[in-house]
Amino acid sequence: MAARVARDIPDGAVVNLGIGLPTMVANHLPTGREIVLHSENGVIGMGPAPREGEEDFDLINAGKQPVTLLPGGVFFHHADSFAMMRGGHLDVCVLGAFQVSASGDLANWHTGAPDAIPAVGGAMDLAIGAKKTYVMMEHTTKSGEPKVVERCTYPLTGIGCVTRIYTDLAVIDVSRRGLAVVEIVDGLSFDMLQARTGAPLERA
Amino acid sequence: MIQKEVASLQAAVADIADGATVMIGGFGTAGLPNELVGALLEQGAKDLTIINNNAGNGETGLAALLAARRVRKIVCSFPRQVDSHHFDRLYRAGEIELELVPQGNLAERIRAAGAGIGGFFTPTGYGTELAKGKETREIDGRMYVFETPLHADVAFIKAERGDRWGNLTYRMTARNFGPVMAMAAKTTIATVHEMVPLGTLDPECVVTPGIFVQRIVRIDRVATSAGGFRQQA
Repeated sequence: MAARVARDIPDGAVVNLGIGLPTMVANHLPTGREIVLHSENGVIGMGPAPREGEEDFDLINAGKQPVTLLPGGVFFHHADSFAMMRGGHLDVCVLGAFQVSASGDLANWHTGAPDAIPAVGGAMDLAIGAKKTYVMMEHTTKSGEPKVVERCTYPLTGIGCVTRIYTDLAVIDVSRRGLAVVEIVDGLSFDMLQARTGAPLERA
Repeated sequence: MIQKEVASLQAAVADIADGATVMIGGFGTAGLPNELVGALLEQGAKDLTIINNNAGNGETGLAALLAARRVRKIVCSFPRQVDSHHFDRLYRAGEIELELVPQGNLAERIRAAGAGIGGFFTPTGYGTELAKGKETREIDGRMYVFETPLHADVAFIKAERGDRWGNLTYRMTARNFGPVMAMAAKTTIATVHEMVPLGTLDPECVVTPGIFVQRIVRIDRVATSAGGFRQQA
């Protein structure tokens, strides 16, 4: 999944990878493309994790893990960092999700469970800000419930903000005419994919 | 003569009153002014409103302030962390008020306060629970939510180098909320690892001009429990 997302990130793109599954995209970026990673805590030009013993906890990513800085990389404060998102300056952001709706609504910050402590972080800013918002998630929940749905039942992160959905089963575009299937994994038919999806799909 | 350097952490926080609103910089371990928070704990001010990205980690800094029940309300974006157990306990017991703010709105509301802006319309959060009850407006075909500035009585920030006018530079991602919080508080107190003579900091590289800083305290890097270089062996 991570490799498939990475394939769609063009040379020269400035990209924010959300915490969790999307972080793995960094390990699959195609060689020969200059792709610049942004992190909301104030860095553009993040490099790979430092070697053991060389961590510096003043240089971390949004997941609070130590990272490195590539030549050309820069630091900036939080208001500038979120201006980069909200202002539409990021080319791509890749986010995890609980649910995505047929119209591109995203739910990824809160399960809504009464005993859960709500925490939103930068999710809402990221979702609505980038030129393209990619979601990367399992096609269904562990119990088999669809995560691509007609309407989100979890609390929303953003409305109509998702551009493309990457799952373990398919790549799906959120378009004006609905959910358009771009690719399906080998061995799975369109009808089988539809059966695992909570909203009508269009053939590409 | 302007001399913003204060001799001790204790002196820097001595006049913070009960009921004060205190901004605390930092994201993760980077830029957390834990030494100032420790001094405030010792000083004893209570009934505080805290503005920070998180809600305390482990047992030190903000977590210790929460554990000592000095905080009435916290304004933050991401309280839930693996080691935020003091906040978790108080929140579940209904003993602390939480205002949850998307992180970019948090930064911009702080910046707005510092810049004298009375509020702004942002697309972030539109149509979500966190925009409930807030004014909305359609501008050029897009929907926006009205957000108000976040002011504070005091801001605690952790910088790298400073001079007696309060000019500051930061270190890598420890910059995070420092520059905007410095603008938004009546009294901004910065810690630095190095005090340098006036004129030493490259004017092209000063990140926070001294006009936004009222007090500055030098602290040892080795004593820094969060952020900064690794602890000396």
